[in-house]
Amino acid sequence: MLKQYETVFIATPVLSEQQMKEAVAKYTKLIADNGGEVVYEEDWGLRQLAYPIQHKTSGFYYLIQFKAEPTFVETLETQYFRDERIIRFLTVALDKDAVEYAERRRQNRGKAAAAKTEEVKVDEEVPAQPEETTEENNA
Amino acid sequence: MAQNDSQNAGIRYLNPPTVEVRKKKYCRFKKAGIKYVDYKDPEFLKKFLNEQGKILPRRITGTSLKFQRKVAQAVKRARSLALLPYVTDLLK
Repeated sequence: MLKQYETVFIATPVLSEQQMKEAVAKYTKLIADNGGEVVYEEDWGLRQLAYPIQHKTSGFYYLIQFKAEPTFVETLETQYFRDERIIRFLTVALDKDAVEYAERRRQNRGKAAAAKTEEVKVDEEVPAQPEETTEENNA
Repeated sequence: MAQNDSQNAGIRYLNPPTVEVRKKKYCRFKKAGIKYVDYKDPEFLKKFLNEQGKILPRRITGTSLKFQRKVAQAVKRARSLALLPYVTDLLK
């Protein structure tokens, strides 16, 4: 039985964009190779840490939601432990409310991204228009 | 006896005593129909922390027990991912 999980890892800020992509590819491949399925990925980019970890004050955050066998989590986490690029990680099983929330979040993200591009387009087409609708206010 | 009665009845206020009417607390999760507390949203979780980054008790936030447990879990996850600090001064 596949179960849905969600994992967030923080990679060291010294990585280049290419190295970061490699790291992400490694884990998505690992999931796929172990009979899992990546549902959703999200790059949070470079973020300030709330407190220093290994003398670093920032890191690349990356979120992967996936379906996999429960035994796979252990193999994933051993890989994290062995990987020097990863400074912190968290893997969480999603219950049914969480899955629902994750789906809604995904849709909202998609909409927000679409709205942003649209806004940009509108701005380009009609540059002098002071009236703009307020942005989304749903938490 | 009569004197006693008159004494008891004799307490009169010039102004009606001001009774503090407290706003009833409510659980914001139940009210808004939120079922899952997300650890990935530190800005939202900050509503349940004091200035030192400690989790506020239920008696202050009004959160129901069920959701207080979920909030606590989410805050702890966010802390381990360095989205929220473990200890700090002047959060917010």
